[in-house]
Amino acid sequence: MMKRLAFLGLLATLLLPSFAFAKKLNVVTSTTDLAALTQEVGGDRISVESIAKGYQDPHFVEAKPSFLLKLRNADLLLSVGLDLEIGWLPPLITQSGNGRIQPGANGYLDASQFAEILEIPQGKVTRAEGDVHPLGNPHYWLDPDNGRRLVKGIAGKLGELDPADFEYFQQRVADFNKRLSDAEKRWEAEMAPYHGRKVVTYHRSWPNFAKHFGLDVVGYVEPRPGIPPTPSHTLDLINLMKRENVKVMLIEPYFDLRTPNSVASQTGAKVLVMTPSVGGEKGVDDYFKLFDYDLNLLKQAFDSTK
Amino acid sequence: MRKHLALCVLLVTPAAFGQGTPNAAPNDSAALEQKIRDLEDRIVALEGQVRMLKAQPGASAAAGTPVPAVPTPSSPTSTEAVAQTATAAGPQEPVHLGGAGTAAAKALNPDISMIGDFIATTGQNREVSAPVMEMHESELGVQAIIDPYARGDFFLSFGEEGVNLEEGYITFTALPGGIVAKAGKMRSAFGKVNTLHNHVLPWIDRPVVTGNLVGGEDGIDDAGFSVTRILPAPKGLFLEGTAQLFRGDSADVFKSSQRSDVSVVGHLRGYGDISESTNLDLGVSYARGHNDLGSSFITNLYGIDATLRYKPLRRAIYKSFVGRGEFIWSQRQQPGGAACLPGGCPLGTAPNFQRAFGFYTSGDYQFARRWFVGGRFDRSDRARDARITDNGASVVLTYWPSEFAQVRGQYRFTRYGASVSTLSPPGKEDANELLMQIQFSLGAHGAHPF
Repeated sequence: MMKRLAFLGLLATLLLPSFAFAKKLNVVTSTTDLAALTQEVGGDRISVESIAKGYQDPHFVEAKPSFLLKLRNADLLLSVGLDLEIGWLPPLITQSGNGRIQPGANGYLDASQFAEILEIPQGKVTRAEGDVHPLGNPHYWLDPDNGRRLVKGIAGKLGELDPADFEYFQQRVADFNKRLSDAEKRWEAEMAPYHGRKVVTYHRSWPNFAKHFGLDVVGYVEPRPGIPPTPSHTLDLINLMKRENVKVMLIEPYFDLRTPNSVASQTGAKVLVMTPSVGGEKGVDDYFKLFDYDLNLLKQAFDSTK
Repeated sequence: MRKHLALCVLLVTPAAFGQGTPNAAPNDSAALEQKIRDLEDRIVALEGQVRMLKAQPGASAAAGTPVPAVPTPSSPTSTEAVAQTATAAGPQEPVHLGGAGTAAAKALNPDISMIGDFIATTGQNREVSAPVMEMHESELGVQAIIDPYARGDFFLSFGEEGVNLEEGYITFTALPGGIVAKAGKMRSAFGKVNTLHNHVLPWIDRPVVTGNLVGGEDGIDDAGFSVTRILPAPKGLFLEGTAQLFRGDSADVFKSSQRSDVSVVGHLRGYGDISESTNLDLGVSYARGHNDLGSSFITNLYGIDATLRYKPLRRAIYKSFVGRGEFIWSQRQQPGGAACLPGGCPLGTAPNFQRAFGFYTSGDYQFARRWFVGGRFDRSDRARDARITDNGASVVLTYWPSEFAQVRGQYRFTRYGASVSTLSPPGKEDANELLMQIQFSLGAHGAHPF
């Protein structure tokens, strides 16, 4: 029944575009994190949907035609930017036949402009360093401060597209900020005892997270971004972890656990499958729960590996 | 930049002030903290704006926001780094292009990529000769957004001797009614393999049916117009129609002897997600044009293509399977069966149709992050004499050192229905070959094939 209603709604949107536009903004985001933040701002005045799933590697999403069905009716497309989606989003945008969301159009928003970006390479960039992002590390949403900045930016765009609800969006931003600063205090208190702890991560997904919560990332399971582990690098990593006494490894849910597990068994470290995105694990269905979940895992791991 | 500095000073001042008065009430320090946080946010916002300005100087100039007139020696963006390293070193005179500086001019450069395709062939094949080693193709891609309404894509393929415009077209992306239109030279939408560039094929060569009925490596690749639209369909089903009109010159399939000898291609694609990791892609295609015998001789092509893909999302980079198949029927009008040789026909012979059929089926399985194994079965009649049927089978192993290079080996067995030089059966010929290919990609990150 719900599905049928949704379909009828879709049909109505098709038939009466201008009328429907005034009713409810249709937002599509590339990742679940942007969807979660947009939902915080938009409340019930918008509908928002993400293309990638939270447990999926956002670099390697397939450009399925079914996504075109979402994109062609979108009023706003939100992308992470910094070349994160370069392998799949540009062809989808081109094929969507939707002039509103083309880059440069009013309905296209690159969210990276609102966030603090780390690891921007200086000087010449070559792929000898692996799949580097020449514009900086795109995993910026994992810093709650960036979450606050993103929400502000998204609210600006939503208000521009739907001026009638401008006040409503601003109100929701204020409410979000209040809840976020409360949560931040809680998270900071939780993480305070572990400030400066050394960790190893699989991919360079966590610089913003590490910066905010005072973790020290000393090594990576990948020898270079996007290059799978090699025996010699794994050996180096084991030595490094023993030397630096690193006891915690953060692994994204879409990576193979074989190498991390074997490293862990030789170093006595703990492998944590932490989700870098909303929806990466069951129950992690909003931006707050994302940090709740990850920090809880971290806390337990740090406590058990003193 | 000056704004940046000013903000930094602003940021530092209250902080220093705060340190200087340690006895300030906790309320004050909280207020100061908030202020610092606000200032931090403003700096981040400014940094973001600077990044956006660098990336899209055209848009920013149009919007009237201040652009740094003289290029600043800060971190180059990707295109700059890739394309402009040579010029970056020397002293530069600011070039003014419509009010923007050199940095802006560089940022407006299109994305440039180059893909190299090296092939080595061993074994015996008396029918189709390929050199033992060749730099088969070097494909230069130049792509950019033209304006808010269109984008442009060029693919120039350099063989060892000549250059060929493989594709060069404009795509109108902002047309009303959800229509996407293209104009220029493009690979036509006939089936699947015909649309694919060499470097995204799951094999080193192209299927036998492509060679026999659809123009081989070049395929139906012609100058013309294309219109695509997503069609209304029940929920969960993706339906797309494509109609194309071409000049009528494509390899050995279509030949235009006069202006009215245009060719048409139509494609209907249906796609559905069976589950989040499995999907099915089906298509029917039709092409019609004039063949090399002249304006009064037509070739019709009908095709069905099917692709089944499996890729579990959580392990998307380690495991996948793609099964493909294409079935193609060719109706080639020519006088009196095999009596007609290319370029010359006995006058007065009544046209009749050579009805040829061919297909391939293939499967590719990814069993590790860098490893793919696959196989293909080929069978196809020849377009000019459907009595001759060629068969083939291949096994392929591919290794990807990184996303930007691949090494591939293929064992290929082909049983030719007759010697290529003769036009009548019998006389079967077997060929056993081992092919090796190295492909590598430079420059801008292209789209992943789907």
